[in-house]
This record gives sequence, structure tokens and C-alpha cells, in this order.
Amino acid sequence: MTAQDAHITVRDLTMAYGDFVLMRDLNFTIHRGDIFIIMGGSGCGKSTLMTVLVGLKAPARGQVLYGDTDFWGADQETRDRLLRRAGVMYQSGALWSSMTLAENIALPLETYTTLRPARIREVVKLKLALVGLAGFEEFYPAEISGGMQKRAGIARAMALDPEILFFDEPSAGLDPVSARRLDDLILELNESLGTTMVVVTHELASIFAIGTNSVFLDVSRRTMTATGNPRKLLNETKDPVVRQFLTRGEQS
Amino acid sequence: MTERADLKLATPAADTLQVILAGDWTLGGELPGTAEVERTLAAAAPVRTVTFDSRGLGHWDTGLLTFLLHLEQVCTRHRIRLDREGLPPGAKRLLELAAAVPEKKDARPPEGRVSFFDFLGQEVVRFGRAAAELLEFIGEATVAVIRLVRGRARFRRADLSLYMQAAGVQALPIVSLICFLVGLILAFIGAIQLKLFGAQIYVADLVGIAMVRLMAAIMTGIVMAGRTGGAFAAQLGTMQVNQEIDALKTLGICPMEFLVLPRMLALALMMPLLCLYANVMGILGGMVVGVGLLGLGLVPYYTQTVQAVGLWNLGIGLFSGTVFGVIVALAGCMRGMQCGRSAAAVGEAATSAVVTAIVGIIVATAAITVICDVLGI
Ligand SMILES: Nc1ncnc2c1ncn2[C@@H]1O[C@H](COP(=O)(O)OP(=O)(O)O)[C@@H](O)[C@H]1O
Ligand SMILES: [Mg+2]
Repeated sequence: MTAQDAHITVRDLTMAYGDFVLMRDLNFTIHRGDIFIIMGGSGCGKSTLMTVLVGLKAPARGQVLYGDTDFWGADQETRDRLLRRAGVMYQSGALWSSMTLAENIALPLETYTTLRPARIREVVKLKLALVGLAGFEEFYPAEISGGMQKRAGIARAMALDPEILFFDEPSAGLDPVSARRLDDLILELNESLGTTMVVVTHELASIFAIGTNSVFLDVSRRTMTATGNPRKLLNETKDPVVRQFLTRGEQS
Repeated sequence: MTERADLKLATPAADTLQVILAGDWTLGGELPGTAEVERTLAAAAPVRTVTFDSRGLGHWDTGLLTFLLHLEQVCTRHRIRLDREGLPPGAKRLLELAAAVPEKKDARPPEGRVSFFDFLGQEVVRFGRAAAELLEFIGEATVAVIRLVRGRARFRRADLSLYMQAAGVQALPIVSLICFLVGLILAFIGAIQLKLFGAQIYVADLVGIAMVRLMAAIMTGIVMAGRTGGAFAAQLGTMQVNQEIDALKTLGICPMEFLVLPRMLALALMMPLLCLYANVMGILGGMVVGVGLLGLGLVPYYTQTVQAVGLWNLGIGLFSGTVFGVIVALAGCMRGMQCGRSAAAVGEAATSAVVTAIVGIIVATAAITVICDVLGI
């Protein structure tokens, strides 16, 4: 497994809600071990792109390849198998509100592994500690703050040690220290477990700190205008919109 | 392909215990526990430091990390230093990350068994609190109605017409079906008895009085409790979950006026009309049996009904209907406003709204009957 193995390949992808075409002709590759950033302004379709990648919404046209398998061309069984190796954290956390945090994280473990309850409790404890929520096992989602819900959502996404993790704006609404710790966690999981990370974010500090690859969605042109390492993009891009985004509008 | 996870212990120095990790430590495999280490620690008292040797370690994931986390707790309990140096760098850093935020200490303990008296006491306290909440809610609703009468209540008129439509026209089909059938059933049961005396014509009296004075209002009330009261509770409950009600409050908009008042008003206005309609349907149901089965004439059946059903009966029926409408709206809105912040809580709120409304309707019927008896009407 070399670092340059393609994990997800997107080919000629067009996403639309009914007649409303959001983005067309997306072409990029997420390699194994990448920390892949999806960036772009608010409302440009980053979350939608993520829902297409994780199989919640079918593309209007084009392909999403997991390794060599065409995801949307495959049957349901194959899709489920592919998705079982992915973990997703949704923009709003999407914790199950009638379960405690421990139960939220234990559910995927109980469903897909044969671990004993005591082991599951240990895993839950570890995952919560990793996102800085040690001791919050018995709390309900409504009893913790929005930023904490987000982190609990990350813990749930990590429950099964997936090969690929999708995070939708993980650091939005977090205090700077927690956001920084989250970046460390992303780097660490990526480095030590080799997890591929796909992160939707527009926190510049975070983009440059963790990103090894990226795609930029331009809302005015309804397509992607750049892909590659964000630091390299900052130095090399000729596109004024990308440049403006990466420098907070200070150079255009 | 995967090697069995293995754990060995060594004592390179008198006060040091070395944990030698080998093989693949992955979650799916059979992993050694911390029991052996604990036993050694308990037996060999002078151990001050635990170190690791992970040169033989293959693949690892969460499986190894949970083992290490557990081991750390054991060491803390025995006041032994744990030296993470010998661990793979990745595992070391993840453990440091996990320990970065100290564990919340005042976390609540998982719920244990409670004794019978404990349970009884809690239930009594809960009942008292529920009764107080009920009174408070009725009080606030009354205040809102007073503000409405003074013309100072704030809500959207469009909402009111929307709820009136939902609680009025859209309820007609189900009210028709239920009340027609209730009239039919009453007539059947009455006919069997009255035939014995050759007094079939009194079926008209029986059906007419029963429907107009009582049954139409009760049946419509129960239908509306299930149909509209449950919907109100679910709507307000979902708003509570999404913090929409909080958003109203911080804007200085009283949820009582903005949400509860239009719903209550809509039901209070539409219920008498529905009852009137239900009366007609019930009498029609009775007429089908009277004319079709007992061979009574259409006109005699009609005149008999008109003679039997006085204006007082109609008035009491419509009054009951209005009261039931208010009860259904109050029960639905109250359970919705009291809803907790989870999906399950919304379900409970809807169920509880229907139950509360039906209980309220029956109690109110009893009260109205007693009052009418005392007043002699
Ligand atoms: N379910 C939907 N139906 C129709 N349009 C939608 C839907 N969800 C999102 N959109 C539209 O798609 C666009 C992109 O949304 P989204 O992917 O959430 O943006 P973001 O990049 O901020 O995550 C927005 O303009 C939004 O109006
Ligand atoms: Mg989004």
C-alpha cells in the first residue's frame, strides 16, 4: 500500500438538486493517507459533495470510485460494505438525541463487532478521551454544548477505526484550544493509523496546518478551480478567487 | 496473516516491570487483558516504574490503545509511574492526546436500582409537580386569553386560519364516518329493546337525544384528541427540540400567545361547528336503521326527532364541544411545551397529549352532567 494509492477518485461529477446544478465537472483524487480538504465559500456545495461521497445522495452525472469500484454503479450490498469502512461526522453533530454519548458511540460497535460489553465500554472511554470528553459517558446530547456535540460526533465517527473519515466543518464553533487539539487528533490518527481524512473546512489555520491535498469549489463558476496541497496552492495559484480565499481577501 | 497478540513480563531492574508487547494488537483479535500485569504488580510490591518494549509489535489500533489506557489507570491506582517511552510513537502521542483534558469527575453515576419507597416517594413528588405545572399552564393560558380579549395578544392571523382549516374542514371525513356509525349502532341497540314494546318510533328520540346532548361532542372530541391534539404536541415538541421556542422567548415573543393561543382559539371555534355537523351525521345514521330496518316513515322519524331534541340539549351539546376543544388544545400544547430535547421525548409528548385529552374529556363530561342535573336541565 503506497502513499499514492487512490482511495477515492471522482470523475466528471455533477451534483444537482432537481434542476438546480450546484457543481459540474469535478475531477480529483483522494489518495490513501491524505488529509484532504474540501474548501470553498459558504453555500458552495461542500456538504453536498460530502453527502455524495458517503453515499447519501446520488450524483446527477459522473462517478465516484472507491479504489477500483464504481460506488454509485455498484449494488446496495457492495455500497454497504464500502461504507462500513468509512466514518462520518455531520455538520450538526447528528447525535441520536435519545441515547447517551456512550450509547451513541457503542451502537456502531455493537452492530458491527462481536466485542464483549466490557471491551465496548473501554473503547467508548478511549474515543471520548481522544476528543477531550472523558467522563461525559452518561450525558445526553442535549445536556452538552454545541462544540461538545460536534466532538462527540467525531468520537462516534471514529468508533470502528474506519479507513477513511469524513468531517464536515469539525472546528466550526470550537474554542481555539479545542480546535487546535482537534487538528492534532486528525494529524495523529492519520499518521499512526494511516486513516485517510476528508475534511470540509474554511479555517485557514487548520487548512495549512493539516492539509496535504485539497479541492477548491468556486461558487461563481459552479465548478472546482484548484486541487492539490494547500500550501503549494497558496504559492503557485494564478486564480484570483482561490488566492483571495487562501489569503483572507488580503491579496487579490 | 495476523499474528496473535502476545504479552510478556520482565523485570530488568528490581523496581521496574517491563511489558513486552508482540504480535498484532487489533480490535478484532483475541487480546490479553491487564489481569496478569495487575497480579504481578500486587505480588511484587517494590515495583515503581512500568516500561514497555514494543519491538515485536506488528499492526495495532484501538485494541492496543484501550489496553494501555486501562493499564494507565491501574498504575495510577497503585501509584506507579508509567513510562510511555518504549511505545510506538503514534500510540504514545494518541495517549497523550487522550489525557490532555482531565476526566470530568462530577459525572453522574449510571442509574442503579432504587428501593420501593424511594420510587414511591419520587412518584408522589413527580405527581405533585405535574399538578402544579398543569395549574400553571392553565393560568398562563387564561392570561393569554385575557390579553386576547383586550386586543393585546400577539400572534399571526395566518396561523389561526391555518389551524382552523386543519381542525375544521380537514376533520370532516373522519368525523362523518365515526358519528354516522355511532348513530347507526345506537339505533340498532335501541331498536332491539324498543321492538319488544312495539315502540320502534322512540328510536328517533333515543338517537336524537344521545347524539345531540352527549355522543357527538364526545366522539368528535376523541377524534380531535387523536388527530389534532397529538399533532399539536408533536409540532411544539419538535420546536422545543430545535430551540425554536427559546428563540421566540429571547425575541420577547410569548410562546403562550404566539403558539398556544391560535391553536386553542382554532379548536374552540371549530369544535361547535364540528359537533353540529356530527349531530346531523349521527341522526342520519339512526334514520338509516329506523327507515330501512324498522320500516318507519321518513317524515314521522324526522318530526319525532325534532320534538324530542329540545334547544337545551343542543345548547349543552355545543357547549360541551367547545369545552372539549379547549381541553384538547390545552393538553396538546402543554405536552408539547413540556417536551424534552430528544426525538423520543417528542413521541412521548404526542402519546401523553392524546391520553391527557381523553381523560380530560371524560372528566369534563362527568362534571357537566352533574351540573346539569343540579340545575335540572
Ligand atoms: N435539500 C436541498 N434541496 C435543495 N437545495 C439544497 C438542499 N440542500 C442544500 N441545498 C442548496 O445547495 C447549496 C449548497 O449547500 P451546502 O452543500 O450545504 O453548502 P456548504 O458548502 O455551505 O456546505 C446551497 O445553496 C443550498 O441552498
Ligand atoms: Mg455545509
